Amino acid sequence: MSGISRRKFLKSTVVAGGSAAAAMSSTKKAFAMKEFEGYPESMGVLVDLTRCIGCRTCEAACNKEHGLPEPALPFDDFSVFDQVFHEGKQKRRTTEKAYTVVNRYETKDQGAPVYRKLQCFHCSEPACLTSCFVNAYTKTKEGAVIYNADVCVGCRMCMVACPFSMPAYTYDSALHPQIIKCNFCYDSRLKNGKPPACVEACPQDALTFGHRKTLVKTAHERIKANPKKYVDHVYGETEVGGTSWMYLSSVPFDQVDFNTTLQHHPILDNTKSFLGIVPMVLGIWPAMFLGFHLLAKGGKGEKKDKESKNRVEVQGE
Amino acid sequence: MKHFIKEGFKPVDSLNDPTDGHQWSIMQKLLLGLSPKEYFQQLRRNPFNWFLFMIFAVGLPVIVYRYINGLGSVMHGGFDYPWGLFLGFGLFCMVPLSASGFLLGTTVELFGHKGFKPILNLALLNGLLGYFFAVVFLLVDLGCPWRLYYPMVVAWGTAAVLFLVGWHVATYLTVQVLEVSEAFFEWINWPTAKNYIHKGTIGLTVAGIILSTLHQGALGTLLTYAPGKVHPLWYSAEFMWIFFLCSAVFAGLCMVIAVSTIVKKTMAWRCGDEFLDNLDTITIGLAKGASMALVTYFVIKLIGLIHDNQWSYLATGWGKLYMAEIFLGVILPVTLFSFGIRRKSVGLIRFTAFLTIGGLLMNRLNTVLITFNWNLYQEWPPLLETIISVTIFFLFVTVYRFILYRLPILYSWKTEPAAELVSVPVPDLADPSPAQAKQQLVSEMSS
Repeated sequence: MSGISRRKFLKSTVVAGGSAAAAMSSTKKAFAMKEFEGYPESMGVLVDLTRCIGCRTCEAACNKEHGLPEPALPFDDFSVFDQVFHEGKQKRRTTEKAYTVVNRYETKDQGAPVYRKLQCFHCSEPACLTSCFVNAYTKTKEGAVIYNADVCVGCRMCMVACPFSMPAYTYDSALHPQIIKCNFCYDSRLKNGKPPACVEACPQDALTFGHRKTLVKTAHERIKANPKKYVDHVYGETEVGGTSWMYLSSVPFDQVDFNTTLQHHPILDNTKSFLGIVPMVLGIWPAMFLGFHLLAKGGKGEKKDKESKNRVEVQGE
Repeated sequence: MKHFIKEGFKPVDSLNDPTDGHQWSIMQKLLLGLSPKEYFQQLRRNPFNWFLFMIFAVGLPVIVYRYINGLGSVMHGGFDYPWGLFLGFGLFCMVPLSASGFLLGTTVELFGHKGFKPILNLALLNGLLGYFFAVVFLLVDLGCPWRLYYPMVVAWGTAAVLFLVGWHVATYLTVQVLEVSEAFFEWINWPTAKNYIHKGTIGLTVAGIILSTLHQGALGTLLTYAPGKVHPLWYSAEFMWIFFLCSAVFAGLCMVIAVSTIVKKTMAWRCGDEFLDNLDTITIGLAKGASMALVTYFVIKLIGLIHDNQWSYLATGWGKLYMAEIFLGVILPVTLFSFGIRRKSVGLIRFTAFLTIGGLLMNRLNTVLITFNWNLYQEWPPLLETIISVTIFFLFVTVYRFILYRLPILYSWKTEPAAELVSVPVPDLADPSPAQAKQQLVSEMSS
């Protein structure tokens, strides 16, 4: 897999240590490699916002599937859609008690409200994974981004790096704090080829489970078949290098709280130019600065050398 | 302490007690040559100790409280703001302010500017303690601090920039411990160890430059993981690392000026003549270096602005903050430094050094906390988080002062009575012979 090779490349650039030569050769190899385009068999989910009616069945199914704590308000209480936080600047978000939430948006382009489900996007090249210094995250070949609390140190770099700010953290736990986020029902379902609980529970067929590649085609077909209904964009197809969960919408995506300013290549790319100079600094700095040191000695090195040798001999006697 | 000095007391600064020629015991060295009663007296008399006592009386219980009740009990626990003051100040500000060690190590040991020698030990200690306390801040901030060694031993996330930061801070801390240990071995009177470490000076210094270049830059690169969250004016995918590295240069130099100013004002009794006599000249020299770095920083920040075409943001409220930061932290310091250098006004230079440190704090806090999530909502560090940060900072000050009082950082250690010095050949430790340096070069290249 080219993805693994890329990780190997970065590994070599970071830990190259003393051997600059080895690092340089692997750098060369990696730059000749083509981009990682995600696992070919990766599964995904297409969320069609035009079909969602805000019934919150998916939230309830997720809560049950993962044995999460009972929420303050029951899942059939729709007053949660009116909840706003931080002086009205934020609607509900995923927390340590909810892997997924649905929010309602009154948009100016459309009379009826639009509902939007929110959960981990399961990126093809996740920023949480690539920014983690203990490899707590894994992108499985089925497409899920899963997390291993056993090695997590709790630096929360992944929360900083996630372009969708999805991971939550159990700040209140003193002994077992961990990241909480949607895991695509990997252990209980996805691993066995089954769709996640939320998809299965959706009564509106708003969530379509399938191979990511097929879903991209499906999404474009839906837009083509109904160009007036849909905005001509599949959110998640290229955002941050592509995500396993993708969205179709009838209103511009920024009106339903999607970040439309995201880059269209993986977040990892931003660090590459720096990681590329690491083996160079390791390789060049020692000789360069020792050279400066010898120069600073004023070119008297050889003479002094002999003198000091003599001195050592005298001292030795 | 000043009281005792007035009465003619001389703190321990040599191997042997000058009055009777006996070696000082470790206990006597720890008490600076005072009797326990006298030591306690001076401890009580100094109002600063009472100030520290009050801070710790409030802060230490809060730290214990954090470990019992979890991070959420002291931080706001926002999922959109995973990092607060502990990392925003403790890591992102302490590390650049501790760049002093590698900068003066390079100047003195590598480039051979012996004029800076009297301040070298202070710069090295400043670096060591700054990094050490950055790790202390980390221990408070990490969800599972007992797993701090995991990235070294258990799981290697080698593609991550933080992995590089972790490893480099750890190795650089070791390098700095070795560098400062020379003074420690001198103090406990173990010359063999001191000479052994001294042979490696050039190697350690070069290692210091490499590690510092990379991890100072890596701290900036960490933020390129969050392109939309860091405000565009403080963000640059390409230049983030060089911004952070360059600002660490003037920050580290200004920190040395600032600390030496405080030291001169508050513990002149501990400073050797070599330190006090040369300090003004050294300060002007450091200011020259800092101005160069500041000018360079201004130029590359401008290039960053042009490169990413971010002019339109300058008209916004964030733009005002950005311009205030550049004016107060870069343009004004450069102007004042150049006045100070030209008129040899050390007072002005010292003031400007504090101003520049303020500018750096502003830059790092703006990048990591204040403008972070600029299009979301603002989150301010709650009271308990601030209390812990202040407490750890003063813990840093306390340890700093404890070491400065004792180890030969500000003064030079006298090993032999002056009369014997002539008969016993003392190797010229200040200047490693080129043969040694060459040997070092060879071993460095082959390793």
